[in-house]
Amino acid sequence: MSESKEFAPMSADIIEQHGLSKQEYSLIVEKMHRDPNLLELGLFSVMWSEHCSYKNSKNLLKLFPTKHEKILVPAGEENAGIVDIGDDWAVAFKVESHNHPSALEPYQGAATGVGGIIRDIFTMGARPIACMNSLRFGSLEDKHVRFLLKGVVEGIAGYGNCVGVPTVGGEVMFDDSYQTNPLVNVFCLGLLKTDKIARGAASGAGNQVLYVGASTGRDGIHGATFASDDLTEDSQEERSAVQVGDPFMEKLLLEACLEVIQEDLVVGIQDMGAAGLTCAVCETAARGKMGISIDVSKVPQREKGMTPYEIMLSESQERMLLIVEKKYVDRVSEIFQKWDLHVKNIGQVESGDRMRIFENKNLVADVPVQALSDDAPVYTREERKPEYLSKIPLIDREKVNAMVDYGETLKKLLATPNIASKKMIYEQYDHMVQTNTVVRPGSDAAVIRIKNTNKFLAMKLDGQGRYCHADPYEGGKIAVAEAARNVVCAGARPIAGTDCLNFGNPMHEENFWVFHHCVKGLAKACSDLDIPIIGGNVSLYNQNVDGPIFPTPIVGVVGLIDNVQESEVAKRINSQFFQNEGDLILLLGENKNEIGSSEFSENILGEKLSLCPTLDLAVEKKLHEAVLLSSEKGLLNSAHDCSEGGLAVTLAESCMSAESASLGAKIVLPNEEEIPLNIILFGETQSRVVVSCDPSSLADIQDICLKNDTPVTVLGNVEGERLVIEDVLDLSVKELEHFWSDSLERTMNRS
Amino acid sequence: MKRKVSFGVLVFPGSNCDRDCFEVIQNVVDQKASYIWHKETQIKNVDVIVIPGGFSYGDYLRCGAMASVSSIMPALKDFALSGGLVLGICNGFQILLETGLLPGAMQRNVSLKFICKDVRLRVEANDSPFSNKYNINDEITIPVAHHDGNYFPPVDGSTASKSRKLFSYIDNPNGSFDDIAGLTNEQGNVLGMMPHPERCSEEVLSGSDGLKIFESLIYYVQNS
Repeated sequence: MSESKEFAPMSADIIEQHGLSKQEYSLIVEKMHRDPNLLELGLFSVMWSEHCSYKNSKNLLKLFPTKHEKILVPAGEENAGIVDIGDDWAVAFKVESHNHPSALEPYQGAATGVGGIIRDIFTMGARPIACMNSLRFGSLEDKHVRFLLKGVVEGIAGYGNCVGVPTVGGEVMFDDSYQTNPLVNVFCLGLLKTDKIARGAASGAGNQVLYVGASTGRDGIHGATFASDDLTEDSQEERSAVQVGDPFMEKLLLEACLEVIQEDLVVGIQDMGAAGLTCAVCETAARGKMGISIDVSKVPQREKGMTPYEIMLSESQERMLLIVEKKYVDRVSEIFQKWDLHVKNIGQVESGDRMRIFENKNLVADVPVQALSDDAPVYTREERKPEYLSKIPLIDREKVNAMVDYGETLKKLLATPNIASKKMIYEQYDHMVQTNTVVRPGSDAAVIRIKNTNKFLAMKLDGQGRYCHADPYEGGKIAVAEAARNVVCAGARPIAGTDCLNFGNPMHEENFWVFHHCVKGLAKACSDLDIPIIGGNVSLYNQNVDGPIFPTPIVGVVGLIDNVQESEVAKRINSQFFQNEGDLILLLGENKNEIGSSEFSENILGEKLSLCPTLDLAVEKKLHEAVLLSSEKGLLNSAHDCSEGGLAVTLAESCMSAESASLGAKIVLPNEEEIPLNIILFGETQSRVVVSCDPSSLADIQDICLKNDTPVTVLGNVEGERLVIEDVLDLSVKELEHFWSDSLERTMNRS
Repeated sequence: MKRKVSFGVLVFPGSNCDRDCFEVIQNVVDQKASYIWHKETQIKNVDVIVIPGGFSYGDYLRCGAMASVSSIMPALKDFALSGGLVLGICNGFQILLETGLLPGAMQRNVSLKFICKDVRLRVEANDSPFSNKYNINDEITIPVAHHDGNYFPPVDGSTASKSRKLFSYIDNPNGSFDDIAGLTNEQGNVLGMMPHPERCSEEVLSGSDGLKIFESLIYYVQNS
C-alpha cells in the first residue's frame, strides 16, 4: 500500500457502523494478516453482510434439494439457476426481495427490485420473458399502508412495463404484522438456448474487465448492510441507501448484453447488484479462481469528488461488469455503442488470488479474493421455540355454527382484501407484451407459450404467513404445495422452484427457531413433491418496533406443459374459470374438519391465532398426478385450487371471470355430517381442487382418480347466472362480482 | 401467387413491441418483415411502415418526443407525405402525434394509472387501407397497455376535422376525446391507434380480432 505502511486497528464505533461484530473484525485481521484500512473494511462489511454472504442462513439452505438431472446451473453457483426444458431450450428463474428499500421509498424500492431481478436473469444469457411479484402489506385501513401499496405497484409497473417484460402473475396479502415492514418479492424468468449459458467468472489472466451501463453515483451506498439490519424509526434517515432506477437504461443494457452473449464475445458477465462493484469484481474473480485488479478512477462517475470507498460501495443501478478477451474488446464496444452505451476498460484479470483496487497509480485496497467472497463466517444461531406456539387454540365449533347467514359470509369474504380481485393491481402491469401470455393474471397460475415450440410454461408464487405463524413447519410445507398445486391446475408438471425467505431478526432465538422449522417444512415438501430449488434469496431482519413480521417464505414454482399440438391448446391448458354451460363440477380431494387460520376464522370470527390446516404430502402428490393425468388427456375444462376462503370462495371465483362472461353453478353439497357446514364451505383444508368437465369425461376422470387414490365428488354443474348451493345460498354472480371485483379499488380510493 | 407485402418495423431505443409486430407479420400473416434502426436515414423497398409500441427513449421528456427528432424521421415523413402506409401502435401513435403526421396530443389517462386490459372497439369505417376486412360497426376486442392514451385534438379544430376516426372505444378506458382509439390523417394513409392489434392476432392469445388490420393492409397493397 502506498500511502501508509501502518495499519491501525479500527475503533469499535467504526466496526459497529459497518455492521460487523468484534469477532468478525478479528477474523478479517487474521485473513488479511494486518488491520484493514477503511476501504477494505467497507469491502468486508458488504461482502460479509447477511444479504451477500448468507452467514445466518447458509446451514439451513443446505436442507433444500438442489440436484436434479435437468438442472444445468444449480442454486448458489451463479446469479440464477437454470433448468433444461428439452429440445435445447432452458429457463433461468429466481425470486428476490426488495423489502427494506420499499418500506422507505416504495416506488423506487420496488422498481429497482424489478431491475435487479431482470439483470440477474439476462446476466445468465437468458431473455427475460415473464415477471411475477409477491407483496405483503399491513392493514389498508392505515393511510400510510395505502401509500405504500400504491407506490410499490406503480414502481413495479413503471419499471417492468418500460423494459418490456410482462408481469404475468403475482399475489398480494395483508396482515398487521407487515404494517411498517412490507414485503416486495419479485420474480423473473428468462429463456435461452442451452449452449448460450453465460457465466459470471473472471478467468484467463490478461482478460479485460469492462464496465458498462449507467455511471456510478452516491446512491445506495451500503444498501446490502442496510438490508441486513432491523428497520427502525431512524431508518427513514437512511434513504440514501435506496437506489433510483432507470428502466430505459436497463432495456438498452439488456439488448446489448444479450447481443454480446449471442456472439460468444464474453468470458464472464456479472451485474452490479447488492454491494455494487465490490461484489461483481470479487465474485467473478472468486468463480474464476483468479486475481483481479481495477482502477476506480476509470469508473464513470455521476458526481464529482467520489472517494474509492464510495465508488466501490455504491449500488447505483443498471451497471454490468464484463470479462472479455483483448481481441474481442473492439467488437464488444461496437455493439454497446450501437445502443448508445459506453464501455470503460477498468482493469484486468490477473494470476494470483488478490483483489487489488487502484486509484490512478495508488494501490488503495489489496485483499485476498477468497477471504472476501467465501470466507464469511457461517453461524448457526441459538434457537428457542416461541412460547405462543405451545398454546395455539382450536376454534370453538359452537362459534363456527352460530354463523348461519352463509350468503352474507360469502359476500363478506369475497370483499376482504386477501380474497378480493387484484384487478386494480395487475391491470397496471403490462402482462401481454412479448405476445406469449396464454393464461393472464387473475387465474391460479399464469401460463405463457414458448414461440416456435410446442411447450408452455406455468408459474406461480405462493406463501401463507398466517399459516407459518401458527405452525412454521406445516406452513412451510403448504407454501410449496400450494404453489405447485396452482401450476398443476394449469396442466403443468412442476420442474423446479425458487424461494425467498422473509423472516425476522435471526439474532432473536425465537425468530431463528421459526425460521429453522419453516425451512425444514419447505425442504421436506420440495423433496417429497420432487421440486428442486434452483436459487432464491434470504431476507432476514424484517422487523419493526412491534416485533417480527409473520414468517413468510415465498415459493415460486415453474411447470412445463410439453408436446401440446396446436389443436390441443384449449384442452391441455386450464384456467380457473368455468367454460361451458352444462359442464359437471367436481371436487378432487377430501374435506376435513379444519377452520383454523382461515379467512373465515380471522374475518368472520375475529380469531387472530388458531391452528392452521395440516398437509399430507403423499396425498398432495397423488392429487397432482390425478389432475395432471386428467389434464393431459384433455378431460378438464377448468381447474381451481381450493385455498383462501375455502370451497365456497373457490366456486364463486370459478364463476366470476375478468375476461369473459360469467357463468353460474348449481351445487349440492355432499352429506358430511361430522363436519360443520361452515367448515365445508369456508375451511381451508389442503390438497383439494375444483374442476369442471364435459359430462362425458366423468368416467375417465373417476378412473384416473381411483388409480391415484384421490377421492372425487360430483358437486353439481355449470348452469345459469346464479351461484346456487342447495339449501345454503342462492346469489347472482353479478352480485358476487360487485363484492369481489372492485372492493380493493374502493378501499384504495379512500383519501 | 400474390407478391409478399414488405413491412418495415421501426426500432427506437426503448421500443418493446418491435419483435411482437415482426413475428405477426412474418409468422402469422406470412409476409416480409424487416427492422429499420432509428439511426438509418432512408426507407427503401417497403410497402408499410409499422411504428411499434414501447417506451422510445424511456418516454423521457414526453412520450414520443425524442423519437420524433431521430435520424430516421425525415425519411419517414417523406414516405408518409408521398402516400406510404404508416401504422403507429401505442407509442407509435404518440410518435406520429409528436411528428405532426397526425393532429393532436396525448394526455395522461384520466385514472392517472397505466392500464393494461382488453377493450371493446367499434369499427367506424371500412373504406380504409387499415380496415377493409372489417364491417362498419363491427365490435372487436383488442387490448390496450398505456399510461398516456387520452387523446386530445388541436384546440382550433381545423386539423382535427380533417383527420378521421377509424376505431372508437365502446367503453372509454382513458378519457380520450370523442372515444377516439384510432385515427387516420386526411389522406387516410397514416393510422395511429392506442390498442395493440399484434397482441390479438392468434387464437392462442385469447382472441384474434387484431389480425384483420394486418390482413386489410395486405389486401390493400396487393390490390392497388
